[in-house]
Amino acid sequence: MIAGIETHQIYAVTAGLLFCMSLGGLFLCGHFFKKIIATKILGTAVFLLFISLGKRNAMEFADPVPQAMVITGIVVAVSAGAFALALARRIWRETGQSTFEDKP
Amino acid sequence: MTLNEWLPLIIVASSLVPGLVIFFLAEHQVTARTVLNLFGATLKLLLVLVVYYGILRGNEYEFRYDIGVDLEFSLRVDLLSLLFAILSSILWLVTTLYAISYLEGSPNRRRFFGFFSICVTASTGIALSGNIVTFFIFYEFLTLATYPLVVHRGTEAALQAGRTYLWYTIGGGTVLFVGVVWLFVLGGSMEFDRTGALAGLAGEHSGQLKILFWVLIGGLGVKAALVPLHGWLPIAMVAPAPVSALLHAVAVVKAGAFGILRVVYDVYGIELAEELGLLTGLAVIASVTIIYGSMRALAQDDLKRRLAYSTVSQLSYIALGTATLGVTGSIGALVHLVHQGVMKITLFFCAGNLAETLGLHKVSELNGVGRRMPLTMAAFTVAAFGMIGLPPIAGFVSKWYLGLGALEAGRPWIVAVLLTSSMLNAAYFLPIVHAAWFREPDGEWTVKRRARYLETSWMLLAPAIATAVLSLAIGLFAATQWSPLEMARQIAEAWYADR
Amino acid sequence: MCFLLPARLRAPTGLAVAAVTAAAAVALAWQVAVDGMIRHNLGGWDAPLGIGLYADGLSCVFLVLTGVVGLLVSVYARSFFSLPEEQEGATKLFWPLWLILWGALNGMFLSADLFNLYVTIEVVGLAAVALTVLSGRPPALVAGLRYLLAAIAGSMAYLMGVALIYGSVSALDLQVVAQSIEGGSSLRVAFGLMIAGLLVKTAVFPLHFWLPSAHSSAQAPVSAILSALVVKASFYLILRLWVDVFDGSVTVAAGQALGALGAAAVLWGSYQALRQRRLKLMVAHSTVGQIGYMFLLFPLITLAHQGGADAPWLIHAWTGGIYQALAHGLAKAAMFLAVGVFVLAVGSDDREATVDLVGRLPMTTFALALAGVSLIGLPPSGGFVAKWMLLKATFTSGQWWWAPVILIGSFLTAGYVFMVLRQAFAPTKTPIQLKPVPRAMEVTALLLGAAAILIGFRAEEVLFLLDVEAPFQEAVEAEEGGGL
Repeated sequence: MIAGIETHQIYAVTAGLLFCMSLGGLFLCGHFFKKIIATKILGTAVFLLFISLGKRNAMEFADPVPQAMVITGIVVAVSAGAFALALARRIWRETGQSTFEDKP
Repeated sequence: MTLNEWLPLIIVASSLVPGLVIFFLAEHQVTARTVLNLFGATLKLLLVLVVYYGILRGNEYEFRYDIGVDLEFSLRVDLLSLLFAILSSILWLVTTLYAISYLEGSPNRRRFFGFFSICVTASTGIALSGNIVTFFIFYEFLTLATYPLVVHRGTEAALQAGRTYLWYTIGGGTVLFVGVVWLFVLGGSMEFDRTGALAGLAGEHSGQLKILFWVLIGGLGVKAALVPLHGWLPIAMVAPAPVSALLHAVAVVKAGAFGILRVVYDVYGIELAEELGLLTGLAVIASVTIIYGSMRALAQDDLKRRLAYSTVSQLSYIALGTATLGVTGSIGALVHLVHQGVMKITLFFCAGNLAETLGLHKVSELNGVGRRMPLTMAAFTVAAFGMIGLPPIAGFVSKWYLGLGALEAGRPWIVAVLLTSSMLNAAYFLPIVHAAWFREPDGEWTVKRRARYLETSWMLLAPAIATAVLSLAIGLFAATQWSPLEMARQIAEAWYADR
Repeated sequence: MCFLLPARLRAPTGLAVAAVTAAAAVALAWQVAVDGMIRHNLGGWDAPLGIGLYADGLSCVFLVLTGVVGLLVSVYARSFFSLPEEQEGATKLFWPLWLILWGALNGMFLSADLFNLYVTIEVVGLAAVALTVLSGRPPALVAGLRYLLAAIAGSMAYLMGVALIYGSVSALDLQVVAQSIEGGSSLRVAFGLMIAGLLVKTAVFPLHFWLPSAHSSAQAPVSAILSALVVKASFYLILRLWVDVFDGSVTVAAGQALGALGAAAVLWGSYQALRQRRLKLMVAHSTVGQIGYMFLLFPLITLAHQGGADAPWLIHAWTGGIYQALAHGLAKAAMFLAVGVFVLAVGSDDREATVDLVGRLPMTTFALALAGVSLIGLPPSGGFVAKWMLLKATFTSGQWWWAPVILIGSFLTAGYVFMVLRQAFAPTKTPIQLKPVPRAMEVTALLLGAAAILIGFRAEEVLFLLDVEAPFQEAVEAEEGGGL
């Protein structure tokens, strides 16, 4: 462990990096599937940050509130992702389109 | 709340309610529609007269209603509002009669009469508004209510005219909106009976007040058809004759002129306007408009277009009188508001009769028409002479006071403007009168006159004759107690009382 | 719950639920107006731990707006979805989805904690996307996916902000957070993230890219819901955060930046609307422009706040912004419903096809005209009150540079509204056969249009309601903070 830096801080920084990367991916990638993956990574980044918060006060045990939020968040994110995938598949089936630029 | 508080609202509603009900009637329910229309018009006239009587006895009529924060809706009756309200309710009644006959058998009459009533509601609202916000609300409402009337025929030309009309009036409305809000920020809600709210600001904000004045005039000038904002008026001529009559004599243009009166006398007050040196500019613009309108009128062959340019010119007499300092000039402006309305509506009725009965639209087609339609042309002649300013017709009275006022204020050039304009008026009206009475007809009239019948339907004829007689009467009896002149004198003297 | 019902029972049930919900919203607003702010802690836990529901004037105003628009749209939808030509796709899912959406909206207006707000806004977003793609037509699907991705990105940015806030103050309840905020860079980042995320959802220029296609390709009642209510939800949330939570830490520059975005939206949206040939696209672009007006609220209230809480234009700016939201909600719903009627009857939504609309569909034209008047801001209408207040606030506060934006915006709006109405007055030589449209649809559109006009006659009640726990009454707020 590098001196002065706690594990949860590494998590937090990673979360920030992931957040930026996935936002970039969301805007730059053309394919629907890549965009959806990008939103999933975006979610992961946020949840990672939440988890890292749970340990920040060097308490005996982790703060349960962020964990509760993450669980809720994951449920929402999974359903949103499933919905997006279903939409993308439907679009592909009906028009053969896999990016926003394609004209059907 | 007492009846006196409700009366102003009832006066406004007396045309709004019939208007709204008409929309729900079926197209073929002619009788119900006519009864409703005439009932509303008569009721309004009676109520306005009742209020006039009350005001003379010292009653106060005021209706207030909070919209929110500091927006307040207020209807208040003073003599100036009565002057305009009486004018619009009399002319509305007459025009309704005329329109019923004029539009007989044409499609979409339900829509027409519905908006017609709403349009008069707006102009009565303008007359009765007690503060600048209420004035603005009705002013914009008028734009909306007149648009369907202008495009009523639905032809390409009508749509085009409607579009021009909208761009002008909405542009003017937007400018006025800025002005009104600005005024509000500077001086509060601007009740029309508390002149001088701005006077205290003169030292500190005189620059702002000057700009603001021109913003307000710019907004109002569109409807008042001040050059160069007059472009919509001649184009809006495509509307049916009753609409043109109402637009030109009462509703739209008068709303602008009335607004200028309110701004100069009740918002700024004479002293402040004089102190800031605003009136000379207004007088110059008005003079330019008067001369320019008359010159353009000379060149028109289409009768209604000629009348339209004449309106541009005549209307600015009101602004000119307003800008002439002194009680006589103000009397001239006020009384011309009424006189021009009565005379101009006569002219439009006659033009409508010619078009409706014989299909004549052009000045060059009018040779000898006086023999075919003597009554119509007699009415036309009376009104045209009035416009030129021949005594004893109404127009003479207003020009007399305007000229006298100009001399009193020490501005002889205004007299020169008036004289030039009268000459030009003569130059574009007299040939019509001459041709109608003294020239031989170009050929047989396409529509034969039936023996023992009137020259055209009585419902078209009666309004024209009535207003012609009226314009003669208010000129002849100008000195009596109940004349518009007397009312104008009272209003103007109240303005100058504290000087 | 509606999922469980057989298809034919859904519409009546949905309508009944809609009526009850709307009535409840009005009742709550009444109670708040009479008794003041209401706070209810679910499960009996107190603020730092439990989940609180909270109703003040601001939430009530939005609740009632949602109730009124929701109820009328429900009536419209009942007729709309019983038409044979609107049966394709998964339209039978309309009722459950719409009621979920409505529930989530209400939940959002009443939530008192940051994470709950996240959950509700996510549910709103998902339900809205599901409604968009209801018809199953390819353009709607593509637009829906674009909407969904934007919505996810927006809510994730918001959630990131929530995480950062929790990291620094260990609390989620709005009031608790508001009291323990001290500033600092991480808070600023959090605030920026949350606002940016919500801006995407509100479709503020230049983040509006998803809105026109989504709103115009959805079916008429859905478009009305999306434009009138869903974008208002995230606007409400921005407003809530701005004035209640980050009250002390917002800067003038931030306010100006939001105002500038709003101004750009007004100009760009209205200009684009003017250029559209398809009616639904026109109305959708007009939403972008009208939302811009609401954002002019922020620079005005922020400067007021910096210059002391009793700045005279504060009440104007505040009322103006909220009134814009209300008037636009009603007018835009009316407009989408009226255009829906028109498309059904004529079978085209080309702007040129509105020829002689007055003669053929007078009631719908009237609805369109009333809504248009309010959007332009001509008196007397709700839009007029909004623009009056905003304009007055810009003058009083000396931020006159917003005034031309307001005016040019209404001028452009007048342009596109009258472009449609102008055609409407032109008579046709060849009468076009119209499909019959259920009367209920025409009537609801007209009622909404009339409501947009009527709220311009009486701002007092709304103002009174807004006054309950208005965020600027420092004294009241402090007293209440002590109580918790």
